[in-house]
Amino acid sequence: MAVNYSAKEEADGHPSGGVGVPGGGAVGGGSGGGGGGGGGGGAVKTRKPDNTAFKQQRLPAWQPILTAGTVLPAFFIIGLIFIPIGIGIFVTSNNIREYEIDYTGTEPSSPCNKCLNVSWDSTPPCTCTINFTLEHSFESNVFMYYGLSNFYQNHRRYVKSRDDSQLNGDNSSLLNPSKECEPYRTNEDKPIAPCGAIANSMFNDTLELYRIDNDTRTPITLIKKGIAWWTDKNVKFRNPTGDGNNLTALFQGTTKPVNWPKPVYMLDSEPDNNGFINEDFIVWMRTAALPTFRKLYRLIERKDNLQPTLQAGKYSLDIAYNYPVHSFDGRKRMILSTISWMGGKNPFLGIAYITVGSICFFLGVVLLIIHHKYGNRNTSADIPN
Amino acid sequence: VFQRTQKENWVDSRTIYVGHREPPPGTEAYIPQRFPDNRIVSSKYTFWNFVPKNLFEQFRRIANFYFLIIFLVQLIIDTPTSPVTSGLPLLFVITVTAIKQGYEDWLRHKADNAMNQCPVHFIQHGKLVRKQSRKLRVGDIVMVKEDETFPCDLIFLSSSRGDGTCFVTTASLDGESSHKTYYAVQDTKAFHNEQEIDALHATIECEQPQPDLYKFVGRINVYHDRNEPTLLYRAIVSKISCLISGVAIYTGMETKMALNYQAKSQKRSAVEKSMNVFLIVYLCILISKALINTVLKYVWQSEPFRDEPWYNQKTEPERKRNLFLRAFTDFLAFMVLFNYIIPVSMYVTVEMQKFLGSYFLTWDEEMFDEDTGEGPLVNTSDLNEELGQIEYVFTDKTGTLTENNMEFVECCIEGHVYVPHCINTISYFDHTLHYEELFFRALCLCHTVQVKDDDSVDGLKKNQLSRRSCIYISSSPDEVALVEGIQRYVCNQDNFMEILNRENNIEKFELLEVLSFDSVRRRMSVIVKSSTGDIFLFCKGADSSIFPRVKEGKIDQVRSRVERNAVEGLRTLCVAYKKLTAEEYSNAQKLLQNAKLALQDREKKLAEVYEKIERDFILLGATAVEDRLQEKAADTIEALQKAGIKVWVLTGDKMETAAATCYACKLFRRNTQILELTTKKIEEQSLHDVLFDLSKTVLRHNVYILSLNRLSTDMQDYGLIIDGAALSLIMKPRQDGSSANYRELFLEICRNCSAVLCCRMAPLQKAQIVKLIKLSKEHPITLAIGDGANDVSMILEAHVGIGIIGKEGRQAARNSDYAIPKFKHLKKMLLVHGHFYYVRISELVQYFFYKNVCFIFPQFLYQFFCGFSQQTLYDTAYLTLYNISFTSLPILLYGLMEQHVSADTLKREPSLYRDVAKNALLRWRAFIYWTFLGVFDAVVFFFGAYFLFDNTVVTSNGQMFGNWTFGTLVFTVLVFTVTLKLALDTHYWTWINHFMIWGSLVFYIIFSLLWGGIIWPFLNYQRMYYVFMQMLSSGPAWLGIILLITVSLLPDVLKKVLCRQLWPTATERIQVKIFFIVKLVFCITSL
Repeated sequence: MAVNYSAKEEADGHPSGGVGVPGGGAVGGGSGGGGGGGGGGGAVKTRKPDNTAFKQQRLPAWQPILTAGTVLPAFFIIGLIFIPIGIGIFVTSNNIREYEIDYTGTEPSSPCNKCLNVSWDSTPPCTCTINFTLEHSFESNVFMYYGLSNFYQNHRRYVKSRDDSQLNGDNSSLLNPSKECEPYRTNEDKPIAPCGAIANSMFNDTLELYRIDNDTRTPITLIKKGIAWWTDKNVKFRNPTGDGNNLTALFQGTTKPVNWPKPVYMLDSEPDNNGFINEDFIVWMRTAALPTFRKLYRLIERKDNLQPTLQAGKYSLDIAYNYPVHSFDGRKRMILSTISWMGGKNPFLGIAYITVGSICFFLGVVLLIIHHKYGNRNTSADIPN
Repeated sequence: VFQRTQKENWVDSRTIYVGHREPPPGTEAYIPQRFPDNRIVSSKYTFWNFVPKNLFEQFRRIANFYFLIIFLVQLIIDTPTSPVTSGLPLLFVITVTAIKQGYEDWLRHKADNAMNQCPVHFIQHGKLVRKQSRKLRVGDIVMVKEDETFPCDLIFLSSSRGDGTCFVTTASLDGESSHKTYYAVQDTKAFHNEQEIDALHATIECEQPQPDLYKFVGRINVYHDRNEPTLLYRAIVSKISCLISGVAIYTGMETKMALNYQAKSQKRSAVEKSMNVFLIVYLCILISKALINTVLKYVWQSEPFRDEPWYNQKTEPERKRNLFLRAFTDFLAFMVLFNYIIPVSMYVTVEMQKFLGSYFLTWDEEMFDEDTGEGPLVNTSDLNEELGQIEYVFTDKTGTLTENNMEFVECCIEGHVYVPHCINTISYFDHTLHYEELFFRALCLCHTVQVKDDDSVDGLKKNQLSRRSCIYISSSPDEVALVEGIQRYVCNQDNFMEILNRENNIEKFELLEVLSFDSVRRRMSVIVKSSTGDIFLFCKGADSSIFPRVKEGKIDQVRSRVERNAVEGLRTLCVAYKKLTAEEYSNAQKLLQNAKLALQDREKKLAEVYEKIERDFILLGATAVEDRLQEKAADTIEALQKAGIKVWVLTGDKMETAAATCYACKLFRRNTQILELTTKKIEEQSLHDVLFDLSKTVLRHNVYILSLNRLSTDMQDYGLIIDGAALSLIMKPRQDGSSANYRELFLEICRNCSAVLCCRMAPLQKAQIVKLIKLSKEHPITLAIGDGANDVSMILEAHVGIGIIGKEGRQAARNSDYAIPKFKHLKKMLLVHGHFYYVRISELVQYFFYKNVCFIFPQFLYQFFCGFSQQTLYDTAYLTLYNISFTSLPILLYGLMEQHVSADTLKREPSLYRDVAKNALLRWRAFIYWTFLGVFDAVVFFFGAYFLFDNTVVTSNGQMFGNWTFGTLVFTVLVFTVTLKLALDTHYWTWINHFMIWGSLVFYIIFSLLWGGIIWPFLNYQRMYYVFMQMLSSGPAWLGIILLITVSLLPDVLKKVLCRQLWPTATERIQVKIFFIVKLVFCITSL
């Protein structure tokens, strides 16, 4: 590819014309300085070009065209496939039980109203209890979520304010966290572990669920394991390494995030759910895509096949209200939901499938009419030629 | 006043001391000048300045500069995307270009060194010395042996041939391979050995170097005589002469060759222009997006809890920053975030597409000419797509439409017609005997033909014995045809020409003067002295330039014969003579000598002298030479006209000949009504009236057609014939400013004529015509095609210049954008290659903008949901690789391979060319359609994903996805939609297309799996870890992806089908037709 530029560069006033590789591509331009650069790409001087299919642009090819005739069946098929799928999804979604309580406490009548202006370091924590009734029983495993609104976990300053190597157990990052963590990088000249705004603002309300059966409150077992991605818990998040398994010693030299009441090595009593591999922490660290989001909090497993996981009836939710959201107009929710093969309740997908399927079917019919009215004229008139 | 002229003289002329000898005291004192040495430097860079200079050159281009700025902004301020995302592609582009240019410069360095170090013999102190070429200085006396190349521009002092001539070829200079004779300076041609030459004491006065190859004005002062020197240019190979010596006058970078390597002006194609307009539109979109977001950001942030909620505090320096500075930084950050809408990769891809695509043209077997062994040449690939946009073709006649293979058909002497076979055996009419003899003498003497003989020693004898086999060489094929036809010319030697007379005896004539041919006078003359001492002036030229100068002879008979021949398409020349008395001759000689010695305005003075000498002729007769049409010329022109291209023939030939050729090549048909706008007609009526009459005729015709409701448009078409004189009248600016009116009127007439013939055109007038049309209000795309040096100006002027690699030298091919062996190849070049190139590049450009709108618009929408914080939707790797690897190759391949209709169909149906005329695929409507399609798709991607993710769970284990999964889902839909959209547009699926399209989708999946599958140790974030796999493990994500892709593609498919069904273009009809035929054949064969 001896391309010669001598001609081009000198006259290169042309704006925005040719960035890029061939610098403008003066193929085989006048050879500068007596043959320097040669005749260039285009010059096939004395040799006849090869008669290959590629060079002669005659490679065997499939030449489809989109006519009403060819597209028609596709439209009908899409319609026929999408509508049943949509109906299936819609039914599945409708069969999902979901119950949601807003416990922000902005309304004066709400039991949590007293905790509305709670601050981080209020001890003892403000607690409130909300009673609610489930109209229908939840048959299968129930997933307990907390939901936040108007909380911008996807704000750029927030998203990048973390140090993944620190969270991956890297010892040097533990003591010298990334600059991205500012202003949550150090406190009183000690590195914060885990550093950054995300960790600092970890959700710290405690939710407990009781079933009220004839005025007796039976606590419902909430499982706190299995709420984070397996890969996150086992690969991406790791406690710092060192001799011994004493987390307190391993986190020596670091300080807790400013807003936390306890250091990271005291998040949980169980060693395999403590430190950076605490699942609540991991769940929080996966930043949500939108300002209104929910995060998995606890699992309620179905105990036996005879009883539903949550029977219809009265329940109460005990909240240790620590997390202030009122200052930014946020809301807090607790959601109980069953899950199907396609996740939680989401009517959108089903409706969308049904709509698109119907549109395709309708278009198919329209095209069929057009094809019959105009199509024959176009094709049959020309064929005899 | 005197002083001033002297000074000017000094400025534009130079004085050279031959052999560096100071002039004898007492002569005018010259101010010594510094001349460069003979080092040729064609390289641009040295080892040291390569990096800075190359970078400077590259960043001078606006687009590169823009990307550099974006990159720097990313480095300086805190931006959402890492500098790598724009730095890497830019670095790639810059490096590749730099390597390429560096390699080429290295080649040039090598070539320069070879040139500069090649040994040169020159004379120093009476001895022959060998030195390297670069050490040569102005004033050195150089000896050049046979078959050597001249090291610099030389004044020809002497040759080893006694007559002081040498034969050279200028193939490396202007491509003409014919031998040319040069004459040594009269006073020095006697010097033969080194000592003699070294003793030469002379100065040369000449103009400063200038690039015109055919012009040199200088004066040699051999103490004390003056003479006109002959210049030999660098890089001409001396052929026949054995040893010549010359003095170096222009060296190194001042040689005519070096001066001629300067660049042609850059031509830009219509597609490139629309691309730049689109770029500006997108730049505006980009800026307004960034502005909107910046403003909204500050409106939204006006409440402090949003600007800085407790969970997301700013750092101290951030808080302290000035509000305006912050706003400006935010604006820049948004610019960076959205900058992908103008992708670097588009430039790379467009350049690659053009460069690689041009190979298909050179590879085309059908455009290879077996006879000459030449294929098409691509001198610039910038204009490939312009070949599909041609509206006007301006073609030369001789050598382009016709073979330029002359055959002497007949001659007419005194009204009697002779054909060549029987010239020698003809029985002369007694009363015309004298004239015949003179006529043949004239033809034999009045020319510039050289006899090429292999053996120069006894060449003379050989020629006498077998004169029919010798080869004549001339720059004019007419002359060769004439001389060959007469078969009487023997040779010329030492200013003596020998010819055979009727009795086969040799007659000797002394050649006194040659009044050489030029295209303004359109004639040439020689003054010869016969052995009896009579002095004759023989003149040969176009009839229009001879007849007015004839005072006796059978003008009417000859004229009628000439006109008849011209109508038959023959090229005619008239021959006349006059006898000069010795006194007249000496007068003429004096005049000529004076004119030749003039330093300034030499040409003008010479022309005046010629005018004085060439008059009062006695007409002898006329010759007719046939120039056959090129094969398939008519077919080509017909196809071009069917394709909606207007074909104009521009020729220097006379009207009748040219018109005959036009009829022969079907430019004019039987029913074409010819409108004439010639000097003759203007003489009868005023120009004003003629123009108005013609326009009335044409316009009435138009109204007539309209009233017939276009039932039969081809019922009557018009052809216009205009000649050079009339044209210059139309073009001439007038005092009252009415010329513009004439021009408009003329253009109006031309627009309504199906074919226009311009005859009697000077080369510059050809360019003028092209320019006139080019700048008319529709701004049509023009193409000029020609083969000779006289077509160069028009080739350079037109949007696309095409040279025919023909017989009149390669000058046209050298100056052209594309060169083809034959005129007939123009058909395939325009109708097939041009059409393909245009369709390909326009889709490429539109698609590139489309896919980047799809890519960036979701980012824009996302800003509304992330507090205008410039958070990216996609991961850095996706941002970087989207344009580089996920979506680049399929479209590049489309740009190279797409054939929406087969090449044969395009060739068979020239009317399909109209479908893409006037930049049809890049009009605003198409552009807006593509942009809106992009926006629609982007909205579908983003809100589809939004509703899918909105406050719900999409996994079967209840776990939640984060923002990166959201972005990856959008990105996956994006990559698939954009690639499938291209798949829907592809009409020509070879295995390579399948490989590329499905391959890049597979590559995307593999890359994503790999990218998310490993904790990458060199990255400081692991945000993508397992994101893609987790997404694929979710059923709704799959369903969502399929749904969103379907919805995005639906409107485009629908639009395609409906348009094809309801308003099909000609191309689409043909496609359907062929599709059904193929189906039918398939059905039949399967039965």
